[in-house]
Amino acid sequence: MGTTLAEKLWASHLVRKGEDGAPDLIYIDLHMCHEVTSPQAFEGLRLAGRPVRRPDLTIATEDHNTPTLDIDLPIADTTSRTQIDTLRANAKEFGVRIHSLGDADQGVVHVVGPQLGLTMPGMTVVCGDSHTSTHGAFGALAFGIGTSEVEHVLATQTLPLKPFKTMAINVDGELPEGTSAKDIILAVIAKIGTGGGQGYVLEYRGDAIRNLSMEARMTICNMSIEAGARAGLIAPDQTTFDYVEGRPHAPEGADWDDAVEYWKTLVTDEDAVFDAEVNLAAADLEPFVTWGTNPGQGLPLSAAVPNPDEIADADQREAAVNALKYMGLEPGTPLREIRIDTVFLGSCTNGRIEDLRAAAEIIQGRTKADGLRMLVVPGSARVRLQAEAEGIDQIFKDFGAEWRNAGCSMCLGMNPDQLAPQERSASTSNRNFEGRQGKGGRTHLVSPLVAAATAVRGTLSSPADLEGADVLVGAPA
Amino acid sequence: MEKFTTHTGIGVPLRRSNVDTDQIIPAVYLKRVTKTGFDDALFAAWRGDESFILNQPAYSAGSVLVAGPDFGTGSSREHAVWALKDYGFKVVIASRFADIFRGNSGKQGLLAAVVSQENIELLWKLIETEPGKQITVSLEDRTVTCGELTVPFEIDDYVRWRLMEGLDDIGLTLQNEEDITAFEQTRASWRPKTLPAKTEPKVEIEAARPVS
Ligand code: SF4
Repeated sequence: MGTTLAEKLWASHLVRKGEDGAPDLIYIDLHMCHEVTSPQAFEGLRLAGRPVRRPDLTIATEDHNTPTLDIDLPIADTTSRTQIDTLRANAKEFGVRIHSLGDADQGVVHVVGPQLGLTMPGMTVVCGDSHTSTHGAFGALAFGIGTSEVEHVLATQTLPLKPFKTMAINVDGELPEGTSAKDIILAVIAKIGTGGGQGYVLEYRGDAIRNLSMEARMTICNMSIEAGARAGLIAPDQTTFDYVEGRPHAPEGADWDDAVEYWKTLVTDEDAVFDAEVNLAAADLEPFVTWGTNPGQGLPLSAAVPNPDEIADADQREAAVNALKYMGLEPGTPLREIRIDTVFLGSCTNGRIEDLRAAAEIIQGRTKADGLRMLVVPGSARVRLQAEAEGIDQIFKDFGAEWRNAGCSMCLGMNPDQLAPQERSASTSNRNFEGRQGKGGRTHLVSPLVAAATAVRGTLSSPADLEGADVLVGAPA
Repeated sequence: MEKFTTHTGIGVPLRRSNVDTDQIIPAVYLKRVTKTGFDDALFAAWRGDESFILNQPAYSAGSVLVAGPDFGTGSSREHAVWALKDYGFKVVIASRFADIFRGNSGKQGLLAAVVSQENIELLWKLIETEPGKQITVSLEDRTVTCGELTVPFEIDDYVRWRLMEGLDDIGLTLQNEEDITAFEQTRASWRPKTLPAKTEPKVEIEAARPVS
């Protein structure tokens, strides 16, 4: 019997097989750090007198706490400033490479790794952050870890782990116009639930996935964690190789040929068996939005806010009742009629250049809805520079959107970019939990295309709802 | 982690059950960036009360906490263990511990010893009638001794072995350092390294300003 891609990645990183129920020891190829989950880990090393085993496989950047305005001034919030200063001091003391605010390679850690060419097929990638699953889009085994594990990786470059189970998510057929990767993953989560992936590595397969760009694949893998999965995976192919080639850390010359030859072997064997399988027809998809307070509470945009009374499962019914109360929504309201105060375009889910391009294409020449605020936060400083070189920033500014510096920003509201109580957002980020974007804030998760159309109309909308939308944008994001 | 074989220190009676992690260390202390210096945070809400046991001079230098059942329930914060250790506790004795707390203790070298409630009552009596009385905990013999009284305690074999060897998870992994080094030698040379750093050309970043 053949093996799955996840199993191949596991086997190729096995330092030592666990005996008598002990965990396996797995080698880690790339460890990324940020300011929030690393301080106690470095402190632990210091207390034990241990060095970082492989500073050359470690990289740090500042993202969660950083302001997106006035980045040349000292950070006003003292807790945030302390965390950033601590990261800088730790990086210096332990010899870890860091990209700080004001550096072209600063940004959300999951945008920075791929753009530098540090994320490649066949690797193991970890970070003290659950959305590390993003890097699985390259055919790498990538997952989030806790602070004790961060310390463990810093000290040993390995982790003791029990093998994950495998699940295939087959998305066949062609995506309809106006839909994108975000709609695929929101539909997957709505189908299997926020706990459906627990303990699994999800491997996304099928034509609809193969036809996606690298950045769109990252969007999908990014949100695997919202289905409870340990990691997401997509087998590498020519699209992957083309994306990696020529990036700063990509192999060159003969090394490149060796690498590609190896990467081509990173597929699930035809006769391999997954522990579970889920099928989805891409052709049936529509733009998807969430109405509730977890990413599994989503529906096609053409639907209405659900009536909890019609939900059979008691737990889900109660969750829906609570969600609607928090979200301030009435059952039966068409989703298209929900009025939005703030549109947030950014995050490690949808803050890459293709996302900005797709949204800009829709708003260009149109006017922003009255009273609506739109925040555009590139995923990294490099993405911002690229957009500025293409003139995309001007399109957003002319439209009346706020053009910001890179970081996590309103994805989690740890910096000043927050929703006010009861303020309602359409957000391209990944979590619509209560209070995630600011205390009392109400979040609807959407794709960049829906975010842009919503900014024009002021209610949740898809590009097809816009006047003169007969020619629809190609939707790579 | 230091090797733990036996420890002798002042016993502190904490006659409360269900001491949860919020009581051990309130959430406001979790914003810190350090792993030490939590001694002031330990039982912060109770420390303001003069009659609280750790405010009594005879007990303030205690290192063996004798608590009521279900110690350490609530959130998974490792800070609870850090705070106890920082204050100077080496051992917590109770008839029942919350699982996560017990797991965290083992990782951090704090001995969580399970003693029957009957014997806890006897220990309480001894250290209350004679404040400052010492307790000896032998991990080797799995016993708690206070004056004439010696009672047994329970602990997971694997955790006991790790504590006696002074091995935390990292220490354990590093026992296999040869395997790690051998593995590293098999890695293809084209696998990416973060150092020396490579990036695209440096660019000046202009700070965005508030949009008026
Ligand atoms: S952008 Fe959001 S999800 Fe991504 S790393 Fe930052 S806070 Fe986490």
